[in-house]
Amino acid sequence: MAQTIHKYDAVVVGAGGAGMRCSLQLAKAGLRVAVLSKVFPTRSHTVAAQGGIGASLGNMDEDNWHYHFYDTVKGSDWLGDQDAIEFMCREAPKVVYELEHMGMPFDRNPDGTIYQRPFGGHSAKYGEKPVPRACAAADRTGHAMLHTLYQNNVRNKTQFFVEWMALDLIRDSEGDVVGVTALEMETGEVAIFHAKCVLLATGGAGRIFAASTNAFINTGDGLGMAARAGIPLEDMEFWQFHPTGVHNAGVLLTEGCRGEGAILRNKHGERFMERYAPKLKDLAPRDFVSRCMDQEIKEGRGCGPNGDYIALDLTHLGGETIMKRLPSVHEIGKNFANVDVIKEPIPVVPTIHYQMGGVPTNIHGQVVVPKNGTPNSIINGLYAIGEASCVSVHGANRLGTNSLLDLLVFGRAAGNHLIDTALASKSHKPLPANAADYSLSRIDVLDKSSGGEYPQDVANDLRKTMQLHAGVFRTQASMDEGVSKVLAIDERAKHLSLKDKSKIFNTARIEALEVANLMEAAKATMVSAAARKESRGAHTVDDYGDTPEHPLGRNDVEWMKHTLWYSEGNRLDYKPVNLKPLTVESIPPVKRTF
Amino acid sequence: MADKRIFEIYRYDPDTDAKPRMQTYEVELDGSERMLLDALMKLKKQDDSISFRRSCREGVCGSDAMNINGKNGLACLTNMLTLPQKVTLRPLPGLPVVRDLIVDMSQFFKQYHSIKPYIVNETPPPEKERLQSQEDREELNGLYECILCACCSTSCPSFWWNPDKFVGPAGLLAAYRFIADSRDQVKEERLENLEDPYRLFRCHTIMNCVDVCPKGLNPTKAIGKIKEMLVKRA
Ligand SMILES: Cc1cc2nc3c(=O)[nH]c(=O)nc-3n(C[C@H](O)[C@H](O)[C@H](O)COP(=O)(O)OP(=O)(O)OC[C@H]3O[C@@H](n4cnc5c(N)ncnc54)[C@H](O)[C@@H]3O)c2cc1C
Ligand code: SF4
Ligand code: SF4
Ligand code: FES
Repeated sequence: MAQTIHKYDAVVVGAGGAGMRCSLQLAKAGLRVAVLSKVFPTRSHTVAAQGGIGASLGNMDEDNWHYHFYDTVKGSDWLGDQDAIEFMCREAPKVVYELEHMGMPFDRNPDGTIYQRPFGGHSAKYGEKPVPRACAAADRTGHAMLHTLYQNNVRNKTQFFVEWMALDLIRDSEGDVVGVTALEMETGEVAIFHAKCVLLATGGAGRIFAASTNAFINTGDGLGMAARAGIPLEDMEFWQFHPTGVHNAGVLLTEGCRGEGAILRNKHGERFMERYAPKLKDLAPRDFVSRCMDQEIKEGRGCGPNGDYIALDLTHLGGETIMKRLPSVHEIGKNFANVDVIKEPIPVVPTIHYQMGGVPTNIHGQVVVPKNGTPNSIINGLYAIGEASCVSVHGANRLGTNSLLDLLVFGRAAGNHLIDTALASKSHKPLPANAADYSLSRIDVLDKSSGGEYPQDVANDLRKTMQLHAGVFRTQASMDEGVSKVLAIDERAKHLSLKDKSKIFNTARIEALEVANLMEAAKATMVSAAARKESRGAHTVDDYGDTPEHPLGRNDVEWMKHTLWYSEGNRLDYKPVNLKPLTVESIPPVKRTF
Repeated sequence: MADKRIFEIYRYDPDTDAKPRMQTYEVELDGSERMLLDALMKLKKQDDSISFRRSCREGVCGSDAMNINGKNGLACLTNMLTLPQKVTLRPLPGLPVVRDLIVDMSQFFKQYHSIKPYIVNETPPPEKERLQSQEDREELNGLYECILCACCSTSCPSFWWNPDKFVGPAGLLAAYRFIADSRDQVKEERLENLEDPYRLFRCHTIMNCVDVCPKGLNPTKAIGKIKEMLVKRA
C-alpha cells in the first residue's frame, strides 16, 4: 500500500522546549515546518522543569558570562567542548530576554527585572561564592517556558502533528537524511514526511532507569532512530543523578529548594555538605552532592527506619517564602510523601534525571560523525537539539538550569543556521524507493506476534538492570556484568508480543515501539560505561579512585575524549574534546573541589 | 495487606465495538500503587488493550484527565486511599471518544486558540527585559499555571451544550491571563472578542469548573473579572 507523503522544508521531531524554540524561528522566517510530537506540545516533559534558566543577567548580584563559562567547564569535569560552552553562555542573556518579550511570566525583583536564584555549581568570581543566576517563574519555570513557546508558535502558525510518533529516519544512497516515517496514533497509519531537513528534538531516555524524575514518554526515541540509521551516540555513559528525588516516588524536588536555602541533613541532623564542599556546601554540583549523599547512607548515617534516605530540610525558610517561591514543591510533598515541607523535612534520594550524552552535533545543531579521518563530518539533512543531542555543553556533568538554556540557545541556533543556509530555496532530494518498508516491517512483526513477552515486562527488567549496574555508584565488575545482562535483554526485546492488535490509538503497540528505542539507549549507556576506565563527573567508578596522578580518578591523558557508540556490533570509537573556546582562553583541567 | 479493588471501565474501540460498554476488572493492590494512575498501569498489564493517555505522572502535563467516580480529575494526582473499593472510570464527558478513556480534544483546544493565547506588544522591545512590577506580576498568579487538562471545561454544562460557541472555563481563564498581563497592549480587542452572548455569557456561575480543577485554579473568578470589565466598558 502506498504511504501518504507529507512534504515540508523542515520536520522537527519533538515539541519540547528545544523543538518549539527551533520551529518558532523557522515559522517566523516563513519556512514550511512541521512539528511532530507523541503528545500535545504542552505535555512534553520540559513542562516539568522547575528551578530556572541559567543566564548571567546579573540582576541581583554581579555576574558575567565568563563566570558562567568557567562554572560550566568545571561542572562538565573537562569533558564539555569549550567552543560550544562559550557560545551557550554568551547567548544566554539574549535568549532569556527574548523569552521575556514573548510573554514568559518570570518572577520579578522590586525593580521590575527578572528574579534569579542561586543554583548548584553556579558561582561568582570563578568558584568564590554562589551567585543567583537561575531565571525563574516560581518553581514552574519549565511549564511557563513551554507554554510561552507553544503560544508563540500558535501565533506564528507552526503546523503541529500531534500524537504522531516518528519511527525511523530515511537516508538516501549518499547517506543524506531526506525524511522520517511516522505513525499517526489515532488511526494507526504510517506516513512519510519528506523533508529537506529533519531535526531530532525528542528529549532524553530517562526511562531506561527504574527510579527516574522523567515522564513515561521519555524513551529516547531520537536516539533509537539515529542508532538504527547507523549514527553513533556520544558520551552515553554520563547520566545525571539529581540529589533530591522524592524517596520511593522518583518525583523531583528542584535544586531551587537549596537555592532558596534548604539544607540536606543526615540522621544526626548534621548539615553534612559542609564537610565535603566548604565553599559551595549544599550548592555544589549534582554529581558531587549525589555521591556525598550516597556515602552518608553507606556509612550508616542515612535517615528513616532503613537508613536509606537523606532529609531535605526547608522548615527554616518559612511558609511565606515556600508558598511564594516553591509552591509546587509544597504540593509535591503533600501528594507524593505525605509531608508538609513547611513543617517537616522531606525524604529524598539521588534519582536519575538527565542524559548528558546524545546524538553528536556541532554548535549549529548539525549532526556530525567521523568520516574519512575527520572526526566531525556533517550528515546532510540532519540536526539534533536539546536533551537528545550532545553538542557537548554538559560534558560529564550538567549544571542545573543549563538544560533549559541549552534548549533555547541551540534550538534557536539550529533554526538560524537553516535560515542562513537558505533552506527555503533548496530543493528536496528524492526519496529512496520503498522508504517506509523498514518501519512497516517493524510494525508488521508486532502485529503478527504471539507467544512472546509483554513489552513492559522486558522494559521493567531492563530498568532494574540499569539501576543496579549503571547507578550513581559504579564498579568495573558490576558494569561488565551489566553489559552481558543488557545484551541478554536485548535478545528478549526482539520477541515482544501484543494482545491488542487494534489500529485505533493502540497504546500497547506504541509502548512496544518505544522499547526498541529504550534498548538502544541502554546498550549505548552500559557498553560505553564499562569501557571508560576512569572516574569523571557523573561516571564515578570505585576502581578508579583519587591518586596524585589521577585527581579523583580522572585520567586526562588517556580518557579526556568523547565516546562514540555504534549500534552495529556495539562498536566504540572516540573523538577529542574541544578545549579551544571561540574567543577566550581555554580553562585548563584541575582537580574539582568546591 | 490485601487491597482488592473493583474497576469498572468505559470501553470502546471503534475498530471492533459496535457501541461502548462497561467492563469490570478486579485488581489486587499491594500498597506500592499510591495513585490511581499506578493502579491503572497495573491493570494494563492484565489487559494491554485498555487505553488512556499519561506522561508526567506528577500532575503537570495534563494528559490523564478522566471522569473518576463521576468527577473529573487527574489519575496521577488521585490517591487510591481517597477512592472507595469500587472505582468507575469514564472518559471526560462531552467530547467525542476516540477510544476507551481517550477523548478527542480538538474542540477544547480550538476554544483555547480562539482567545489569542499570546502576548501582543508591538512596541519594539528594549535590549533587556521589559520591566514588570511585582504587583503586576502577582496578577498572573492563579492564571498562568493552567495545564490544559480540560477537567473544568468538560464538567461545565454550558460547554457540553455549546462546545463550538462557548469558550469554556479553561479558555476564559487563559483569556484573562493575557488581559491581566501589564505587558499586553490589546486588552480592548480581547474584551471585544468576548463580548458575545455565547463566548463569555454562557457561563452561569455553576462553579463545577472550580470544584474539579486539579491545580486549584478558579476560572469562575477570572470569568467574573472579565464580566466586570465589560460592564465598566459599556
Ligand atoms: C523534573 C525535571 C525538572 C527539571 N528542571 C530543570 C531546570 O530547572 N532547569 C533546567 O535547565 N533543566 C531542568 N530539567 C531538564 C530539562 O527540563 C530537560 O532536559 C529538557 O526540558 C528537555 O527538553 P527537550 O526539548 O530536549 O525534550 P522534551 O521536553 O522531553 O520534549 C521531547 C519531545 O519529543 C517528542 N517525542 C519524543 N519521541 C518522539 C517520537 N518518536 N515521535 C514524535 N515526537 C517524539 C515528545 O512528544 C516531546 O514533544 C529538568 C528535568 C526534569 C525531568
Ligand atoms: S462557572 Fe461558568 S464556566 Fe464554570 S462550570 Fe459553571 S458555567 Fe461553566
Ligand atoms: S483551569 Fe484547571 S481544570 Fe481547567 S484546564 Fe486548567 S488546570 Fe485543567
Ligand atoms: S500524567 Fe501528567 S498530569 Fe497526570
